[in-house]
Amino acid sequence: MKQYEPTTEVDFVVIGAGAAGGIMAKELSVAGFSVVVLEQGGWGAYGHEEDSNKDELQNRFPTEADRLMSDPKRQRNTFRRSEDEKATPGNHSYGMVVGGGTVVYGGSSWRHLPWEFKEASTVGTIAGSGLADWPITYEELEPYYTKAEWEMGISGLRIDSPLFAPMSKPYPLPPLPIKSSGALFEVAAAKLGLTAVPSPMAVISEAYHGRSGCISCGMCSGFSCQVKARSSSAVAMFPIAEQTGRCEIRPNSYVREISVDKKGRVTGAIYFDAQKREIFQKAKAVVLSANGTESARLLLLSKSSQFPDGLANSSGVVGKYLMSGNNAGASAIFEHPLNEYKGIISCSGIIDWVASDAKRGFYGGGRLTARGQQPPIEYALGGPHDGPRWGAAYKKALKEQANRKMIISSFITQLPVETNRVDLDPDVKDDWGLPAMRITSTSHADDIKNMEFFTAKSVEVLQAAGATKVWPDQVHDSRGGPHSRGTCRMGNDPKTSVVDKFHRAHDVPNLYVVDGSSFVTGGRNHPTMTIQSLAFRAADHIIQQAKS
Amino acid sequence: MSDRSRRTFLKNSVSALGAGWLASNWPGIVAAQEHAQQMAARDFPTQFAFFTPEQGADVAAMAAQIIPTDDTPGAREAGCVYFIDSGLTTFLRDNQPLYTQGLKDLEAKTQELFPAAGKFSDLSSAQQIQLLTAIEKTPFFTAVRNHTIIGMFASPKHGGNQDEVGWKLIGFEDTLNFKAPFGYYDAVTNPRR
Repeated sequence: MKQYEPTTEVDFVVIGAGAAGGIMAKELSVAGFSVVVLEQGGWGAYGHEEDSNKDELQNRFPTEADRLMSDPKRQRNTFRRSEDEKATPGNHSYGMVVGGGTVVYGGSSWRHLPWEFKEASTVGTIAGSGLADWPITYEELEPYYTKAEWEMGISGLRIDSPLFAPMSKPYPLPPLPIKSSGALFEVAAAKLGLTAVPSPMAVISEAYHGRSGCISCGMCSGFSCQVKARSSSAVAMFPIAEQTGRCEIRPNSYVREISVDKKGRVTGAIYFDAQKREIFQKAKAVVLSANGTESARLLLLSKSSQFPDGLANSSGVVGKYLMSGNNAGASAIFEHPLNEYKGIISCSGIIDWVASDAKRGFYGGGRLTARGQQPPIEYALGGPHDGPRWGAAYKKALKEQANRKMIISSFITQLPVETNRVDLDPDVKDDWGLPAMRITSTSHADDIKNMEFFTAKSVEVLQAAGATKVWPDQVHDSRGGPHSRGTCRMGNDPKTSVVDKFHRAHDVPNLYVVDGSSFVTGGRNHPTMTIQSLAFRAADHIIQQAKS
Repeated sequence: MSDRSRRTFLKNSVSALGAGWLASNWPGIVAAQEHAQQMAARDFPTQFAFFTPEQGADVAAMAAQIIPTDDTPGAREAGCVYFIDSGLTTFLRDNQPLYTQGLKDLEAKTQELFPAAGKFSDLSSAQQIQLLTAIEKTPFFTAVRNHTIIGMFASPKHGGNQDEVGWKLIGFEDTLNFKAPFGYYDAVTNPRR
């Protein structure tokens, strides 16, 4: 792999090797630019995925070298519900490894629907929220959704329905095999007159681009894929980037500041290497793709006389409108075994309530997804529903319910609210002496009603599927997590947004922010496919601009 | 014990019951003896890495109430105490003070509730359950509960789940490679194809 001296002024530093960072690095290096990717996490199993650790215990207690997710004790963060409280230690975490969250996620790859880009104009603004139109249309993004699906490798079925995004090309791969949870979804859908469709998944159902099709091992979420069937940045983007001879991936590099010159242009990034030495990598431009919370935090950390409130933050909007993502659902057991521990994490979605409907009395929509993948330790620690936590009755119920369980997890809207935000904790510091991330978040009242609505729908669907027992989940207002969106929102007006419609910072001509932080509205809480399409579009624009 | 000496021992110990009884009960008796012999021959460590023998006996007794042996093996057969013991010197080492103090508290609680009895591991099953129920909200019990369960269902290479008794209990196959149909409902309906 090409290696650059820090003193070499490369064309681009890309901060973050995740869903967006991988695409930016690949597109820019293929187009002829020199690229250094600075990644906070380690290598993981990059380049030797067959060695991916599938041992559940070691996955729960990873060594530093094996770690795939951030550690809330080191990537320290605090949480409070509102500005009236003092924040206390939080559990927010995200994918942290070469490939980022795409190495460990389940792979759900739903597109946003066309009207999601102009909900303020169509639905109207919602009091107490920052609901706004995006500065782009679905039509502008659609070719890049298609590009992302074909380049990453998405398995699914193109559906002609107003409930499903219109697609100029079908998916490159057929849907993955249906599981019992999906078959039961289809039973319920037939009974209730609903629409169950295969989940579009970033897991290839057959051989594609030299990678193996999925072997249904049942250990997706939280684990690296040992056959490269999961379409992560690590297997689909970085190998191509490296092969150009122009891209260096530099893991164990924790960026503490994006530096600027007196003219207010970025000059590169200062990072801690594995030995905590500070190193300055020079670059002509910076692409910030550190995820929907860390990108905002890094801008706030990058103060200077030109940017006393944080880099690119003349609007004061950096960090605001955080959407961590709310879910809602239910669990059930059935008479016969489902064996949900085999196969992918989710094979089917019920999409009838994807749009918001004013008749419900609140803003909110979402999708129900059929799930149940649960390895043994996780299953047994959670224990049988409604049951004792230990002893003879615990063991009996654990055995009876084993393999007979499915869950519904609904992925739903969460309104952007200005006071929900990422900022710097005034007291707590991390192990590198930098201010910890502080998350302030309370969902809008409509979001709570939306969670209650989808909990009830989940129960209804499981009952229609013939469950012998159903347990609704408790409604739970999110405190963080790997689906972060909104904290560097895009817009046409520099007073109310951080980046323009092509992800360039309004204040800084050679800084781009491309990841979930760019989102104006949160979608139905499955951000990755939209992040990937935005990245392909941002890269295309940067490349066109550079060539003109 | 060799096979021949085992049969001799058995014959001598039940000879008073008569040949008829022996003949009709032989398979069950042999099965029980075989099980006991397998248990003795199983590769459990002979010495704890962290626990004293008394502490090990107490933790083993707690684990045996958390996941009891009934018509299927439990934490004892799985070797959960060895998993926990080994873990306390490695990935669970931050829990050492919790266990050291917790086991002292356990013995104090035993004296408090059952002054005439000996150690916790000497109590009857009903007494152990009574005591553990009294402490079930404590951080120490919570840790032992969690570690016992983790040991029951982790890969056998970590010292617990011996003979995969935990995985067999919940019908988990660790082949990491499956083909549809996966369960009953997709096999029966499979409406997509």
